[in-house]
Amino acid sequence: MEFLKIDDIHHTYFTKTSAVTALSDVSLDVAEGEFVSFLGPSGCGKTTLLSIIAGLIKPTEGLVELEGKKVGTKDNEIGYMLQQDYLFPWKTIEENILLGLKISGSLEKDKIQYAHDLLEKMGLQSVEPLYPKQLSGGMRQRVALVRTLATEPKLLMLDEPFSALDYQTKLNLENLVSNTLKSFGKTAILVTHDIGEAIAMSDRVYLFSPGPGHIHKMFHIPKELRDLTPFHTRNHEAYTDIFQSIWKELESIEPEDKY
Amino acid sequence: MSLKTNTELLHQQFIHSLNREKRWVRFYQFLIFIVIFAGWEIASRLQWIDPLIFSAPSKVWNLLIVKIQDGSLWLDLSFTLSETVLGFILGTLLGTLLAALLWWSPFLSKILDPYLVILNSMPKVALGPILIVALGPSFTSIVAMGAIISVIITTIVVYTSFREVDPNYIKVLQTFGGTRYQIFKEAILPSSFPVIISTLKVNVGLSWVGVIVGEFLVASKGLGYMIIYGFQVFNFTLVMLSLLIIAVLATIMYQVVELIEKKLIKNN
Ligand SMILES: Nc1ncnc2c1ncn2[C@@H]1O[C@H](COP(=O)(O)OP(=O)(O)O)[C@@H](O)[C@H]1O
Ligand SMILES: [Mg+2]
Repeated sequence: MEFLKIDDIHHTYFTKTSAVTALSDVSLDVAEGEFVSFLGPSGCGKTTLLSIIAGLIKPTEGLVELEGKKVGTKDNEIGYMLQQDYLFPWKTIEENILLGLKISGSLEKDKIQYAHDLLEKMGLQSVEPLYPKQLSGGMRQRVALVRTLATEPKLLMLDEPFSALDYQTKLNLENLVSNTLKSFGKTAILVTHDIGEAIAMSDRVYLFSPGPGHIHKMFHIPKELRDLTPFHTRNHEAYTDIFQSIWKELESIEPEDKY
Repeated sequence: MSLKTNTELLHQQFIHSLNREKRWVRFYQFLIFIVIFAGWEIASRLQWIDPLIFSAPSKVWNLLIVKIQDGSLWLDLSFTLSETVLGFILGTLLGTLLAALLWWSPFLSKILDPYLVILNSMPKVALGPILIVALGPSFTSIVAMGAIISVIITTIVVYTSFREVDPNYIKVLQTFGGTRYQIFKEAILPSSFPVIISTLKVNVGLSWVGVIVGEFLVASKGLGYMIIYGFQVFNFTLVMLSLLIIAVLATIMYQVVELIEKKLIKNN
Protein backbone atom coordinates (compact mmCIF):
# COMPACT_ATOMS: atom_id res chain seq x y z
CA MET A 1 0.00 0.00 0.00
CA GLU A 2 1.33 3.44 -0.97
CA PHE A 3 1.53 6.26 1.55
CA LEU A 4 -0.23 8.75 -0.70
CA LYS A 5 -2.23 7.51 -3.63
CA ILE A 6 -3.73 9.86 -6.19
CA ASP A 7 -5.97 7.95 -8.51
CA ASP A 8 -7.30 9.24 -11.82
CA ILE A 9 -8.14 12.79 -10.76
CA HIS A 10 -10.18 15.01 -13.04
CA HIS A 11 -11.24 18.44 -11.97
CA THR A 12 -13.38 21.05 -13.67
CA TYR A 13 -14.17 24.48 -12.21
CA PHE A 14 -17.71 25.56 -12.98
CA THR A 15 -18.66 29.21 -13.06
CA LYS A 16 -21.68 30.97 -14.47
CA THR A 17 -19.92 31.77 -17.71
CA SER A 18 -17.48 28.89 -18.17
CA ALA A 19 -16.34 25.40 -17.29
CA VAL A 20 -12.54 25.27 -16.95
CA THR A 21 -10.96 21.83 -16.80
CA ALA A 22 -7.92 22.34 -14.58
CA LEU A 23 -6.82 18.73 -14.22
CA SER A 24 -7.30 15.67 -16.32
CA ASP A 25 -6.30 12.09 -15.72
CA VAL A 26 -3.78 12.67 -12.94
CA SER A 27 -2.52 9.58 -11.12
CA LEU A 28 0.58 9.32 -8.97
CA ASP A 29 1.90 7.77 -5.79
CA VAL A 30 4.20 9.13 -3.11
CA ALA A 31 6.07 6.85 -0.73
CA GLU A 32 6.53 7.61 2.95
CA GLY A 33 9.51 9.89 3.61
CA GLU A 34 9.78 10.81 -0.05
CA PHE A 35 10.22 14.37 -1.33
CA VAL A 36 8.37 14.97 -4.60
CA SER A 37 8.15 18.14 -6.70
CA PHE A 38 5.44 19.27 -9.08
CA LEU A 39 6.99 21.39 -11.79
CA GLY A 40 5.20 23.22 -14.55
CA PRO A 41 4.20 26.55 -16.03
CA SER A 42 1.51 28.50 -14.19
CA GLY A 43 -2.06 27.58 -14.92
CA CYS A 44 -1.44 23.85 -15.26
CA GLY A 45 -3.41 22.97 -12.14
CA LYS A 46 -0.69 22.54 -9.50
CA THR A 47 -2.44 24.58 -6.83
CA THR A 48 -5.71 22.86 -7.68
CA LEU A 49 -4.09 19.46 -7.20
CA LEU A 50 -2.71 20.46 -3.79
CA SER A 51 -6.14 21.72 -2.72
CA ILE A 52 -7.63 18.39 -3.77
CA ILE A 53 -4.99 16.42 -1.88
CA ALA A 54 -5.62 18.58 1.19
CA GLY A 55 -9.31 17.77 0.95
CA LEU A 56 -10.25 21.44 0.46
CA ILE A 57 -11.81 20.84 -2.95
CA LYS A 58 -13.69 17.72 -3.94
CA PRO A 59 -12.45 16.60 -7.36
CA THR A 60 -15.05 16.11 -10.07
CA GLU A 61 -13.67 12.60 -10.44
CA GLY A 62 -11.06 10.47 -8.78
CA LEU A 63 -9.79 9.53 -5.37
CA VAL A 64 -7.03 10.62 -2.99
CA GLU A 65 -5.99 8.25 -0.23
CA LEU A 66 -3.51 8.82 2.56
CA GLU A 67 -2.45 5.53 4.18
CA GLY A 68 -5.46 3.86 2.60
CA LYS A 69 -7.99 6.36 3.97
CA LYS A 70 -9.83 9.03 2.02
CA VAL A 71 -8.47 12.46 2.87
CA GLY A 72 -10.40 15.07 4.80
CA THR A 73 -9.40 18.26 6.61
CA LYS A 74 -10.58 17.06 10.01
CA ASP A 75 -7.68 14.77 10.86
CA ASN A 76 -4.93 17.39 10.48
CA GLU A 77 -2.74 14.82 8.78
CA ILE A 78 -1.82 17.09 5.90
CA GLY A 79 0.02 20.36 6.31
CA TYR A 80 -0.48 22.78 3.47
CA MET A 81 1.55 25.93 3.09
CA LEU A 82 -0.03 28.33 0.62
CA GLN A 83 1.67 30.25 -2.16
CA GLN A 84 2.20 33.27 0.11
CA ASP A 85 2.81 33.17 3.84
CA TYR A 86 -0.72 34.33 4.81
CA LEU A 87 0.30 35.00 8.37
CA PHE A 88 -2.57 36.73 10.14
CA PRO A 89 -1.46 40.36 10.39
CA TRP A 90 -3.49 41.03 13.55
CA LYS A 91 -1.92 38.10 15.40
CA THR A 92 1.56 38.04 16.92
CA ILE A 93 4.10 35.52 15.65
CA GLU A 94 3.41 33.36 18.69
CA GLU A 95 -0.36 33.40 18.06
CA ASN A 96 0.31 32.65 14.41
CA ILE A 97 2.45 29.57 14.98
CA LEU A 98 -0.03 28.19 17.52
CA LEU A 99 -3.03 28.77 15.23
CA GLY A 100 -3.25 25.17 13.99
CA LEU A 101 -3.12 23.78 17.52
CA LYS A 102 -5.74 26.27 18.66
CA ILE A 103 -8.09 25.40 15.81
CA SER A 104 -7.80 21.68 16.42
CA GLY A 105 -8.24 22.21 20.16
CA SER A 106 -4.91 20.67 21.06
CA LEU A 107 -3.07 23.51 22.78
CA GLU A 108 -1.13 21.22 25.09
CA LYS A 109 2.06 22.12 26.86
CA ASP A 110 4.40 19.81 24.95
CA LYS A 111 2.89 20.77 21.59
CA ILE A 112 3.29 24.48 22.35
CA GLN A 113 6.88 23.80 23.34
CA TYR A 114 7.38 21.88 20.10
CA ALA A 115 6.19 24.88 18.08
CA HIS A 116 8.56 27.20 19.93
CA ASP A 117 11.44 24.77 19.39
CA LEU A 118 10.67 24.66 15.67
CA LEU A 119 10.80 28.43 15.54
CA GLU A 120 14.21 28.37 17.13
CA LYS A 121 15.34 25.62 14.80
CA MET A 122 14.35 27.88 11.91
CA GLY A 123 16.75 30.46 13.26
CA LEU A 124 14.11 32.79 14.66
CA GLN A 125 14.79 33.87 18.22
CA SER A 126 12.64 36.18 20.33
CA VAL A 127 10.27 37.09 17.50
CA GLU A 128 7.21 35.70 19.34
CA PRO A 129 5.79 39.05 20.49
CA LEU A 130 6.29 40.73 17.10
CA TYR A 131 3.68 41.17 14.38
CA PRO A 132 4.22 39.66 10.89
CA LYS A 133 4.82 42.97 9.18
CA GLN A 134 7.83 43.57 11.42
CA LEU A 135 9.58 40.59 9.78
CA SER A 136 11.25 40.24 6.39
CA GLY A 137 9.79 38.07 3.63
CA GLY A 138 12.15 35.19 4.36
CA MET A 139 11.42 35.28 8.08
CA ARG A 140 7.68 35.32 7.46
CA GLN A 141 8.00 32.33 5.18
CA ARG A 142 9.84 30.45 7.93
CA VAL A 143 7.14 31.38 10.45
CA ALA A 144 4.50 30.10 8.01
CA LEU A 145 6.43 26.84 7.77
CA VAL A 146 6.55 26.55 11.56
CA ARG A 147 2.80 27.17 11.71
CA THR A 148 2.28 24.34 9.21
CA LEU A 149 4.67 21.93 10.93
CA ALA A 150 3.42 22.67 14.46
CA THR A 151 0.44 20.33 14.09
CA GLU A 152 2.86 17.55 13.10
CA PRO A 153 1.29 16.63 9.76
CA LYS A 154 2.21 13.34 8.14
CA LEU A 155 2.36 14.94 4.73
CA LEU A 156 3.63 18.43 4.04
CA MET A 157 2.71 20.36 0.92
CA LEU A 158 4.47 23.57 -0.09
CA ASP A 159 3.06 25.73 -2.88
CA GLU A 160 5.84 27.80 -4.45
CA PRO A 161 7.15 28.72 -1.00
CA PHE A 162 10.25 30.55 -2.19
CA SER A 163 8.97 32.26 -5.33
CA ALA A 164 8.62 35.71 -3.76
CA LEU A 165 12.05 35.76 -2.13
CA ASP A 166 15.36 37.15 -3.32
CA TYR A 167 17.84 34.63 -4.68
CA GLN A 168 20.14 34.39 -1.68
CA THR A 169 17.31 34.04 0.85
CA LYS A 170 15.80 31.43 -1.40
CA LEU A 171 18.99 29.32 -1.48
CA ASN A 172 19.37 29.55 2.29
CA LEU A 173 15.75 28.59 2.90
CA GLU A 174 15.96 25.67 0.49
CA ASN A 175 18.80 24.29 2.60
CA LEU A 176 17.03 24.95 5.87
CA VAL A 177 13.72 23.44 4.79
CA SER A 178 15.37 20.44 3.17
CA ASN A 179 17.46 19.70 6.27
CA THR A 180 14.54 20.19 8.65
CA LEU A 181 12.24 17.92 6.69
CA LYS A 182 14.92 15.28 6.28
CA SER A 183 15.65 15.30 10.00
CA PHE A 184 11.96 14.62 10.69
CA GLY A 185 11.71 12.09 7.85
CA LYS A 186 8.70 14.01 6.55
CA THR A 187 6.93 13.18 3.33
CA ALA A 188 6.66 16.33 1.27
CA ILE A 189 5.30 17.70 -1.98
CA LEU A 190 6.81 20.90 -3.34
CA VAL A 191 5.23 22.95 -6.10
CA THR A 192 7.62 25.12 -8.04
CA HIS A 193 8.27 26.55 -11.46
CA ASP A 194 12.03 26.63 -10.85
CA ILE A 195 13.75 23.59 -12.39
CA GLY A 196 16.87 24.04 -10.24
CA GLU A 197 14.83 24.12 -7.06
CA ALA A 198 12.93 20.99 -8.03
CA ILE A 199 16.17 19.10 -8.67
CA ALA A 200 17.90 20.42 -5.58
CA MET A 201 15.11 19.53 -3.18
CA SER A 202 13.48 16.36 -4.43
CA ASP A 203 13.75 12.64 -4.96
CA ARG A 204 11.37 12.73 -7.90
CA VAL A 205 9.99 15.48 -10.15
CA TYR A 206 6.63 15.42 -11.89
CA LEU A 207 6.49 17.72 -14.88
CA PHE A 208 2.98 19.04 -15.55
CA SER A 209 1.74 20.50 -18.80
CA PRO A 210 -1.28 22.72 -19.26
CA GLY A 211 -4.51 22.63 -21.18
CA PRO A 212 -5.92 20.76 -19.18
CA GLY A 213 -3.27 20.09 -16.56
CA HIS A 214 -1.85 16.59 -16.66
CA ILE A 215 1.39 14.79 -15.86
CA HIS A 216 3.70 15.20 -18.82
CA LYS A 217 6.66 13.22 -17.53
CA MET A 218 8.24 11.96 -14.33
CA PHE A 219 11.96 12.25 -13.55
CA HIS A 220 13.99 10.34 -10.97
CA ILE A 221 16.71 12.48 -9.45
CA PRO A 222 20.02 10.54 -9.50
CA LYS A 223 20.96 8.91 -6.22
CA GLU A 224 24.18 10.94 -5.86
CA LEU A 225 22.20 14.20 -5.88
CA ARG A 226 19.43 13.09 -3.55
CA ASP A 227 21.62 12.83 -0.48
CA LEU A 228 23.24 16.23 -0.93
CA THR A 229 21.96 19.47 0.47
CA PRO A 230 20.24 21.70 -2.14
CA PHE A 231 23.22 24.02 -2.22
CA HIS A 232 25.70 21.23 -2.98
CA THR A 233 23.35 19.63 -5.47
CA ARG A 234 23.44 22.79 -7.56
CA ASN A 235 27.24 22.51 -7.73
CA HIS A 236 27.38 18.80 -8.58
CA GLU A 237 28.28 17.72 -12.14
CA ALA A 238 25.22 15.42 -12.43
CA TYR A 239 23.00 18.46 -11.80
CA THR A 240 23.58 19.92 -15.26
CA ASP A 241 22.54 16.74 -17.07
CA ILE A 242 19.24 16.35 -15.33
CA PHE A 243 18.64 20.09 -15.62
CA GLN A 244 19.15 19.88 -19.37
CA SER A 245 16.76 16.97 -19.86
CA ILE A 246 13.99 18.60 -17.77
CA TRP A 247 14.61 21.92 -19.54
CA LYS A 248 14.13 20.24 -22.94
CA GLU A 249 10.84 18.71 -21.90
CA LEU A 250 9.66 22.02 -20.48
CA GLU A 251 10.57 23.72 -23.78
CA SER A 252 8.50 21.21 -25.70
CA ILE A 253 5.37 21.99 -23.68
CA GLU A 254 5.99 25.73 -23.44
CA PRO A 255 7.15 26.86 -26.90
CA GLU A 256 9.59 29.75 -26.98
CA ASP A 257 7.53 31.94 -29.28
CA LYS A 258 5.19 32.56 -26.37
CA TYR A 259 7.46 35.31 -25.10
CA MET B 1 32.44 68.31 12.93
CA SER B 2 31.87 64.56 12.73
CA LEU B 3 29.14 63.11 10.56
CA LYS B 4 27.31 61.72 13.56
CA THR B 5 26.93 64.96 15.46
CA ASN B 6 25.94 66.62 12.22
CA THR B 7 23.07 64.11 11.73
CA GLU B 8 22.00 64.64 15.32
CA LEU B 9 22.00 68.36 14.83
CA LEU B 10 19.91 68.10 11.69
CA HIS B 11 17.48 65.78 13.45
CA GLN B 12 17.08 68.26 16.28
CA GLN B 13 16.45 71.04 13.81
CA PHE B 14 13.87 68.88 12.12
CA ILE B 15 12.06 68.17 15.40
CA HIS B 16 12.28 71.83 16.27
CA SER B 17 10.63 72.87 13.02
CA LEU B 18 7.92 70.24 13.51
CA ASN B 19 7.14 71.64 16.94
CA ARG B 20 7.10 75.17 15.63
CA GLU B 21 4.63 74.23 12.95
CA LYS B 22 2.44 72.49 15.51
CA ARG B 23 2.38 75.63 17.67
CA TRP B 24 1.33 77.75 14.70
CA VAL B 25 -1.46 75.28 13.83
CA ARG B 26 -2.76 75.49 17.42
CA PHE B 27 -2.48 79.26 17.32
CA TYR B 28 -4.57 79.61 14.18
CA GLN B 29 -7.13 77.10 15.45
CA PHE B 30 -7.49 79.18 18.61
CA LEU B 31 -7.63 82.37 16.56
CA ILE B 32 -10.49 81.08 14.43
CA PHE B 33 -12.37 80.11 17.60
CA ILE B 34 -11.90 83.58 19.08
CA VAL B 35 -12.82 85.34 15.85
CA ILE B 36 -16.04 83.35 15.47
CA PHE B 37 -17.25 83.93 19.02
CA ALA B 38 -16.01 87.51 19.32
CA GLY B 39 -17.45 88.32 15.89
CA TRP B 40 -20.74 86.75 16.89
CA GLU B 41 -20.86 88.75 20.13
CA ILE B 42 -19.97 92.04 18.45
CA ALA B 43 -22.29 91.55 15.50
CA SER B 44 -25.10 90.80 17.88
CA ARG B 45 -24.43 93.82 20.15
CA LEU B 46 -24.12 96.21 17.21
CA GLN B 47 -27.32 94.76 15.76
CA TRP B 48 -25.59 93.65 12.54
CA ILE B 49 -27.46 90.42 13.03
CA ASP B 50 -30.82 90.11 14.71
CA PRO B 51 -29.97 89.38 18.36
CA LEU B 52 -33.41 87.86 18.82
CA ILE B 53 -32.66 85.12 16.28
CA PHE B 54 -28.91 84.71 16.57
CA SER B 55 -28.60 85.41 20.29
CA ALA B 56 -25.04 86.08 21.52
CA PRO B 57 -22.27 84.07 23.19
CA SER B 58 -22.66 86.03 26.41
CA LYS B 59 -26.39 85.25 26.58
CA VAL B 60 -25.76 81.59 25.81
CA TRP B 61 -23.10 81.51 28.52
CA ASN B 62 -25.40 83.10 31.08
CA LEU B 63 -28.16 80.65 30.24
CA LEU B 64 -25.67 77.80 30.60
CA ILE B 65 -24.76 78.99 34.10
CA VAL B 66 -28.43 79.31 35.06
CA LYS B 67 -29.26 75.86 33.72
CA ILE B 68 -26.28 74.31 35.46
CA GLN B 69 -27.28 75.93 38.75
CA ASP B 70 -30.91 74.86 38.66
CA GLY B 71 -29.83 71.37 37.56
CA SER B 72 -32.10 71.25 34.52
CA LEU B 73 -29.21 71.06 32.08
CA TRP B 74 -27.93 67.83 33.56
CA LEU B 75 -31.40 66.29 33.21
CA ASP B 76 -31.75 67.15 29.51
CA LEU B 77 -28.17 66.28 28.76
CA SER B 78 -28.15 62.88 30.41
CA PHE B 79 -31.51 62.02 28.86
CA THR B 80 -30.32 62.74 25.31
CA LEU B 81 -26.86 61.34 25.80
CA SER B 82 -28.13 58.01 27.11
CA GLU B 83 -30.57 57.77 24.19
CA THR B 84 -27.82 58.47 21.70
CA VAL B 85 -25.26 56.12 23.19
CA LEU B 86 -27.85 53.35 23.47
CA GLY B 87 -29.11 53.93 19.94
CA PHE B 88 -25.56 54.00 18.66
CA ILE B 89 -24.57 50.76 20.38
CA LEU B 90 -27.79 49.00 19.41
CA GLY B 91 -27.54 50.10 15.79
CA THR B 92 -23.93 49.03 15.44
CA LEU B 93 -24.36 45.73 17.29
CA LEU B 94 -27.55 44.76 15.46
CA GLY B 95 -26.01 45.76 12.14
CA THR B 96 -22.90 43.67 12.77
CA LEU B 97 -24.99 40.71 13.98
CA LEU B 98 -27.16 40.91 10.87
CA ALA B 99 -24.03 41.06 8.74
CA ALA B 100 -22.73 37.94 10.51
CA LEU B 101 -26.03 36.18 9.84
CA LEU B 102 -25.89 37.10 6.14
CA TRP B 103 -22.29 35.85 5.97
CA TRP B 104 -23.32 32.64 7.69
CA SER B 105 -26.02 31.91 5.16
CA PRO B 106 -25.25 33.08 1.62
CA PHE B 107 -28.66 31.77 0.63
CA LEU B 108 -30.40 34.05 3.13
CA SER B 109 -28.28 36.96 1.95
CA LYS B 110 -29.42 36.40 -1.63
CA ILE B 111 -33.04 36.34 -0.49
CA LEU B 112 -32.74 39.49 1.63
CA ASP B 113 -30.67 41.48 -0.85
CA PRO B 114 -33.49 43.53 -2.45
CA TYR B 115 -35.05 44.26 0.94
CA LEU B 116 -31.77 45.63 2.24
CA VAL B 117 -31.51 47.88 -0.80
CA ILE B 118 -35.05 49.20 -0.25
CA LEU B 119 -34.54 49.73 3.49
CA ASN B 120 -31.23 51.43 2.89
CA SER B 121 -32.58 53.91 0.34
CA MET B 122 -35.52 54.75 2.58
CA PRO B 123 -35.21 57.93 4.71
CA LYS B 124 -35.29 56.26 8.12
CA VAL B 125 -36.52 59.31 10.05
CA ALA B 126 -39.73 59.03 8.03
CA LEU B 127 -40.42 55.89 10.07
CA GLY B 128 -40.54 58.07 13.21
CA PRO B 129 -44.32 58.36 13.54
CA ILE B 130 -44.77 54.61 13.07
CA LEU B 131 -42.15 53.84 15.73
CA ILE B 132 -43.84 56.22 18.13
CA VAL B 133 -47.22 54.62 17.59
CA ALA B 134 -45.74 51.15 17.96
CA LEU B 135 -43.46 51.74 20.94
CA GLY B 136 -45.21 54.64 22.63
CA PRO B 137 -44.03 58.25 22.84
CA SER B 138 -41.15 57.45 25.14
CA PHE B 139 -37.47 56.92 25.72
CA THR B 140 -37.72 53.54 23.91
CA SER B 141 -38.98 54.93 20.64
CA ILE B 142 -36.30 57.64 20.61
CA VAL B 143 -33.59 55.04 21.19
CA ALA B 144 -35.14 53.00 18.38
CA MET B 145 -34.87 56.04 16.11
CA GLY B 146 -31.20 56.39 17.00
CA ALA B 147 -30.63 52.72 16.22
CA ILE B 148 -32.73 52.26 13.12
CA ILE B 149 -31.03 55.08 11.30
CA SER B 150 -27.67 53.28 11.38
CA VAL B 151 -28.53 49.58 11.44
CA ILE B 152 -29.07 48.92 7.73
CA ILE B 153 -26.07 50.84 6.48
CA THR B 154 -23.94 49.09 9.12
CA THR B 155 -25.24 45.72 7.94
CA ILE B 156 -24.43 46.46 4.32
CA VAL B 157 -20.97 47.91 4.90
CA VAL B 158 -19.84 45.28 7.41
CA TYR B 159 -21.26 42.40 5.34
CA THR B 160 -19.39 43.67 2.28
CA SER B 161 -16.17 43.72 4.29
CA PHE B 162 -16.84 40.18 5.60
CA ARG B 163 -17.09 39.00 2.02
CA GLU B 164 -13.96 40.77 0.90
CA VAL B 165 -11.70 38.93 3.35
CA ASP B 166 -8.93 37.22 1.37
CA PRO B 167 -10.18 33.64 0.88
CA ASN B 168 -6.65 32.37 1.46
CA TYR B 169 -6.93 33.18 5.18
CA ILE B 170 -10.02 31.00 5.20
CA LYS B 171 -8.07 28.33 3.33
CA VAL B 172 -5.34 28.39 5.99
CA LEU B 173 -7.95 27.75 8.68
CA GLN B 174 -9.62 25.05 6.62
CA THR B 175 -6.34 23.17 6.26
CA PHE B 176 -6.31 23.00 10.06
CA GLY B 177 -9.88 21.68 10.02
CA GLY B 178 -11.41 24.98 11.15
CA THR B 179 -15.21 25.13 11.54
CA ARG B 180 -17.29 27.93 10.08
CA TYR B 181 -17.52 29.52 13.51
CA GLN B 182 -13.73 29.38 13.95
CA ILE B 183 -13.24 30.88 10.50
CA PHE B 184 -15.55 33.73 11.48
CA LYS B 185 -13.85 34.32 14.80
CA GLU B 186 -10.22 33.99 13.68
CA ALA B 187 -10.29 35.54 10.22
CA ILE B 188 -13.53 37.22 9.14
CA LEU B 189 -14.25 39.33 12.22
CA PRO B 190 -10.73 40.54 13.08
CA SER B 191 -9.88 41.43 9.50
CA SER B 192 -13.07 43.51 9.36
CA PHE B 193 -12.32 45.48 12.52
CA PRO B 194 -11.02 48.51 10.58
CA VAL B 195 -14.26 48.67 8.59
CA ILE B 196 -16.39 48.18 11.69
CA ILE B 197 -14.54 51.03 13.39
CA SER B 198 -15.08 53.35 10.46
CA THR B 199 -18.82 52.55 10.48
CA LEU B 200 -18.76 53.33 14.22
CA LYS B 201 -17.48 56.78 13.35
CA VAL B 202 -20.26 57.32 10.83
CA ASN B 203 -22.83 55.92 13.27
CA VAL B 204 -21.94 58.49 15.93
CA GLY B 205 -23.26 61.21 13.62
CA LEU B 206 -26.23 59.16 12.43
CA SER B 207 -27.50 58.25 15.88
CA TRP B 208 -27.44 61.93 16.90
CA VAL B 209 -29.65 62.70 13.91
CA GLY B 210 -32.06 59.90 14.83
CA VAL B 211 -32.29 60.90 18.48
CA ILE B 212 -32.70 64.64 17.86
CA VAL B 213 -35.46 64.00 15.30
CA GLY B 214 -37.05 61.55 17.74
CA GLU B 215 -37.04 64.20 20.43
CA PHE B 216 -38.51 66.75 18.02
CA LEU B 217 -41.42 64.37 17.62
CA VAL B 218 -42.19 63.22 21.14
CA ALA B 219 -39.97 64.28 23.98
CA SER B 220 -40.73 66.58 26.87
CA LYS B 221 -37.09 66.78 27.85
CA GLY B 222 -33.70 66.43 26.24
CA LEU B 223 -31.46 68.55 24.03
CA GLY B 224 -33.64 67.99 20.94
CA TYR B 225 -36.63 69.07 22.96
CA MET B 226 -34.71 72.18 24.06
CA ILE B 227 -34.24 73.07 20.40
CA ILE B 228 -37.86 72.57 19.40
CA TYR B 229 -39.13 74.30 22.56
CA GLY B 230 -36.77 77.25 22.13
CA PHE B 231 -37.97 77.51 18.54
CA GLN B 232 -41.64 77.52 19.57
CA VAL B 233 -41.25 80.19 22.25
CA PHE B 234 -38.74 82.12 20.14
CA ASN B 235 -35.96 81.67 22.67
CA PHE B 236 -33.01 81.23 20.34
CA THR B 237 -30.48 81.46 23.14
CA LEU B 238 -31.86 78.10 24.26
CA VAL B 239 -31.55 76.71 20.72
CA MET B 240 -27.94 77.88 20.40
CA LEU B 241 -27.01 76.48 23.80
CA SER B 242 -28.43 73.11 22.88
CA LEU B 243 -26.62 73.11 19.52
CA LEU B 244 -23.28 73.91 21.15
CA ILE B 245 -23.72 71.19 23.77
CA ILE B 246 -24.59 68.67 21.06
CA ALA B 247 -21.48 69.65 19.12
CA VAL B 248 -19.33 69.11 22.21
CA LEU B 249 -20.92 65.77 23.12
CA ALA B 250 -20.78 64.40 19.56
CA THR B 251 -17.11 65.32 19.39
CA ILE B 252 -16.39 63.57 22.69
CA MET B 253 -18.21 60.45 21.45
CA TYR B 254 -16.14 60.52 18.29
CA GLN B 255 -12.93 60.75 20.35
CA VAL B 256 -14.02 57.77 22.45
CA VAL B 257 -14.49 55.76 19.25
CA GLU B 258 -10.98 56.73 18.16
CA LEU B 259 -9.69 55.54 21.51
CA ILE B 260 -11.43 52.19 21.01
CA GLU B 261 -9.87 52.04 17.57
CA LYS B 262 -6.38 52.36 19.03
CA LYS B 263 -7.13 49.63 21.58
CA LEU B 264 -8.67 47.24 19.06
CA ILE B 265 -6.30 47.53 16.16
CA LYS B 266 -3.04 46.68 17.79
CA ASN B 267 -0.90 45.83 14.80
CA ASN B 268 -0.65 49.35 13.41
N1 LIG C 1 -11.65 28.96 -8.17
C1 LIG C 1 -11.47 28.82 -9.50
N2 LIG C 1 -12.52 29.01 -10.35
C2 LIG C 1 -12.37 28.86 -11.69
N3 LIG C 1 -11.22 28.54 -12.29
C3 LIG C 1 -10.13 28.35 -11.52
C4 LIG C 1 -10.20 28.49 -10.08
N4 LIG C 1 -8.98 28.24 -9.57
C5 LIG C 1 -8.18 27.97 -10.62
N5 LIG C 1 -8.86 28.02 -11.79
C6 LIG C 1 -8.32 27.75 -13.14
O1 LIG C 1 -7.76 26.46 -13.14
C7 LIG C 1 -6.52 26.43 -13.82
C8 LIG C 1 -5.41 25.91 -12.93
O2 LIG C 1 -5.16 26.85 -11.92
P1 LIG C 1 -4.11 26.57 -10.75
O3 LIG C 1 -4.44 25.28 -10.09
O4 LIG C 1 -4.08 27.77 -9.89
O5 LIG C 1 -2.73 26.43 -11.55
P2 LIG C 1 -1.22 26.65 -11.07
O6 LIG C 1 -1.18 26.58 -9.59
O7 LIG C 1 -0.47 25.53 -11.74
O8 LIG C 1 -0.78 27.97 -11.59
C9 LIG C 1 -6.28 27.84 -14.34
O9 LIG C 1 -6.69 27.90 -15.69
C10 LIG C 1 -7.18 28.69 -13.49
O10 LIG C 1 -7.65 29.80 -14.22
MG1 LIG D 1 -0.45 28.02 -8.22
